[in-house]
Formats: sequence, structure tokens, C-alpha cells
Amino acid sequence: MYPFRFQRPLSETETYTALTSSPTARAIAGGTTLVDLMRDTVERPDLVVDINPLPWRAVETTGRGLRIGALARMSDVAATPGLAASHRVLVEALLASAAPQIRNMASIGGNLMQRTRCPYFRDPAVSQCNKKTHNAGCAAIGGYNREHAIFGTSDQCVATHPSDLAVALLALDAQLVLRSRNGERRSMLEEFMLLPGGTPMREHDIIPGELIAAVEIPANALGRQSRYIKIRDRGSFEFALVSAAVALDMRGGTVHGARIAVGGVGTKPWRLRQVESALVGFPINEDRLNLAMNHVAIGAKPLAENGFKVELLKRTLKRTIHEAGAIA
Amino acid sequence: MDDVTRRHFLHGTGIAGSMSLLDPLGGQALAKPSAHALLHAPALAPAHAKTAPPPPPPSPFAVPVSLTVNGQKHDLVLDPRSSLLDTLREHLGLTGTKKGCDQGACGACTVLVDGRRVLSCLTLAAVASGSDVETIEGVADAHGKLHPVQQAFVDHDAFQCGYCTPGQIMSGIACIHEGHAGTDEEVKEWMSGNLCRCGAYVNIVAAIRDASAKS
Repeated sequence: MYPFRFQRPLSETETYTALTSSPTARAIAGGTTLVDLMRDTVERPDLVVDINPLPWRAVETTGRGLRIGALARMSDVAATPGLAASHRVLVEALLASAAPQIRNMASIGGNLMQRTRCPYFRDPAVSQCNKKTHNAGCAAIGGYNREHAIFGTSDQCVATHPSDLAVALLALDAQLVLRSRNGERRSMLEEFMLLPGGTPMREHDIIPGELIAAVEIPANALGRQSRYIKIRDRGSFEFALVSAAVALDMRGGTVHGARIAVGGVGTKPWRLRQVESALVGFPINEDRLNLAMNHVAIGAKPLAENGFKVELLKRTLKRTIHEAGAIA
Repeated sequence: MDDVTRRHFLHGTGIAGSMSLLDPLGGQALAKPSAHALLHAPALAPAHAKTAPPPPPPSPFAVPVSLTVNGQKHDLVLDPRSSLLDTLREHLGLTGTKKGCDQGACGACTVLVDGRRVLSCLTLAAVASGSDVETIEGVADAHGKLHPVQQAFVDHDAFQCGYCTPGQIMSGIACIHEGHAGTDEEVKEWMSGNLCRCGAYVNIVAAIRDASAKS
């Protein structure tokens, strides 16, 4: 780990001043992703700013819907009374993430800012990574890529976005509240997460010195009948091979509205709008699900070792829709 | 041999040399034992036992860190890079908390911070400043009577090499306190952050279920 200065500002204004005082400054909350990346020397901040004193921990219902403070810890959000009934997909995604110790530490904002688990990105001995160095090449495209993405890839980067929470939030139409010394703005999660394209080093629509202050989930009928199912190489404490977040608005046995996002398969959490459209207006049955699954692989670009993800995704998604539809 | 602890024995037998590869401060902290020391390790042990390793050179960016560990307050000045794990082991001499992977993947470094189980390897000591920390050294009572989870690990033979055990016990204490030890399946899921490469899982689950039932 390279040396860095450490500051714990006690006000929001001082926090932004500290974060903008150096181009490599990094904010730290739980540290579960940043400390690891600093130890791997992938992140080399010269200043680490502790943002834990900021008063952004509440989980509350507001006029806009559900608001989750960015410094709330994953375990505390998952244990929020009533949340498993109102937003089951969110609680299931949180509890499928990492392990209890990490969920006790990791903040909601940090979870959304976590970086890919691509082994080439994290290995300090590998220089061939366009996320680490501009135009250095991508070792994964012709190398080990079993766990990499099939959606949203480019010839520069095929790394998978690792967050479960972000997949659930995408299925709930979440937006982020971003604050900086210039004030406050909002960004839809789907637009906040960037595709790698020709600039894989740029992962988020965020400016230096800006922080995620909260996540907002609009009040609507989609949260109650929702599920998150995650498929991985071992039963727990593992990143997703594929995952599916499904939120349904069922009326009279028919799908009135649907939101479907999938994880473990995209360079960012991936929304499947054509599958949603194939469900709306119909009851959920085997024939309809099979028809809808024909739309899953549209745009998918499997690599040499991850072609299995296409079929695994179809089966996982089918099961998740079925189980979300079965919630009484 | 009464005064010879496991750690001194390892040092005295020359394993310290290889351990320093795993331990970034070990090379500075531990001199290679002489032949004389090897022959007379038990005699040297008591004096060595009470000497904490010397601290690393001060960092130009050093920050004050205040921690209450097992009820005792410590005011330290640390390099901001110091993890809570290295602080416990290298600065406070509390070597019960183990360094397994040092990347948040194994749970051997689990401690309680303000009553919650966390990974001390991914916790910067500076971020934890002001917190209450409880380690494996603090769980037995003042008379040395084992904590019920410690006793259950003994009763159920819930370890082989023992390296993951302090982390398993700290995590198990929290798991029971959280109310996540009601069934074997629940324990397996909520203890998934603690790996045991010896594969003592069946007995670990039994120990935690037993301690939970008695609590």
C-alpha cells in the first residue's frame, strides 16, 4: 500500500474541500472495497477522506418514496422493519451479498461505487488492463473470461459489474442523490453507471468531490411482488455468475407492469426491457415465460469461456419471474 | 515450559524467519534467534513474552488513533495505512486475532467493533478511531472461565489447526447475538464469511448451535 494522508472532516463543507484538494483523493466509508484495492496498489490515493461523520444513515419514507442514506450499512438496511414486505428484492439482494461481517461494514454508497472483481484488474502484476491504464489492452478478452460479461462489453473491456444491490435497485427504478460543493442533483442509477466503450476507466457519471448522499426508490406497486435470485459457484459469500431481479405489478392475475434487471452478466447492471414487454398484459405461465425468454439473449456477446451464462441466465430469470409472480 | 506460549515456541524454533514473509512488520520486529536462543528458548521466553514488538518508523502522515480494546483505552499515533488487524497484533501485542488472507475473503481477522462483527483486515485503524473493539482475548471472564462459545468449540472439537478459530468464535458470538443461529442452515449461511481450510464445519455448526441453545 502506498502512503497516504488521512483526514476526518467534521462538516459536509470541509468534506468537499478535502475531496477536491487533490485529484487522487478518495472517500472512505466502510473501506471494504477501497482498502483492498489500495493494498493491491490498484488505488493509490494520496489522501483518504473519512466521510462517516456525515449524517446520511437514515432509511425513511418520504414524499418521493423510500430514501436510503448512502452511509447506511448494508446489514442495517436489510434489517429495516417492513422492508422485506415492501421491497423484497432489495432485502434479498443485500443478504445475498458478501458475508455478514462485510455487510456490517459496507455502506450503500460504497457498494454502488465498488469496482470490478476482474482478476486482471486487481492483480498488480498485470499491466494489460484498460481500466488501470489508458490503452494498455485487455488481458481478459483473450484470456480467462469465464466470469466476465456478455452484455455491454467493448473491445476495450469485458469486466462484470459486481454489485447485487445495484441490480435490485435498477429493477426498482432507483435514482441517486448526488451532493457536492455545487449543491445537489439526481441521476437515474441506469444512467449513473457507464458502459466501458472506449473509456473503461470512467465508470460513473460523477465529478471529483461529488458524493452519493442517498438512494431514492419511487413509491409504486412494483416493490411488493419482487424477488432476487443469485446463482454462484458456491452457496454463499461469492459473487454472482448470474443473478436476476424481478419486480412485478400484478393485477387480476395479469402482469400490469414489470421491471427486470440482471447481474453477473453485464459491464453494468443490465435491464431487459424486451423481456418486460413480453410479459405485460399476460398471466405468468410456462408458455408465456418460454416466449419471454426468447428475448433474453438479444445483444449478448459471449466470450470463449462464458457462453454458459446465456442459458444459465434464461433459467435463472424464468425461475425468478415465476417466484415473484407466485407471491400472494 | 509453563511460561512458553505457542508464539514463543514458534519464534524459538526458528519459524519466525518464515513467518516474517507473511507479516510485513515481522522482519523488523523479530530478530532471528541465535543458536544459543534456540537451545535455551524456554529460559528466554519469559522476558521476551512481556516485550511488545518495537513500533515501525513513524510515518510523516501519522494520525492519532484512540481505541478501547477489551475495555482498555489506547491512545496511539499510527501510519494511516495501519489496518485494525495490524494495530491489534503489532502495536498492542494482541495476536489472538489472525491474519489469514488480508483481503476480506476468509474471516480469520473477525473482531467486534461497537458490538458488530467486522473484518479487521479491511478496517483502517484511523476509521475505527473512537470505537470499542472486542477481540478473542476479551471474551473469557475475569477469572479465565471460557466464554460459552469458546467452551462449545472445545466440547464439539470444532477445530483442527486452530488458525481460523478466533475468527470463528468472534463471528459465532455475534451470529448468536444477532439471532441467526436458530437452525443448522441458518448458521451455515450466517457463518459463511468464516472459512475453515481444515473443514471442521460440521463441528463448528454444532458448537454454535449448542452455545446458542444454552444462551
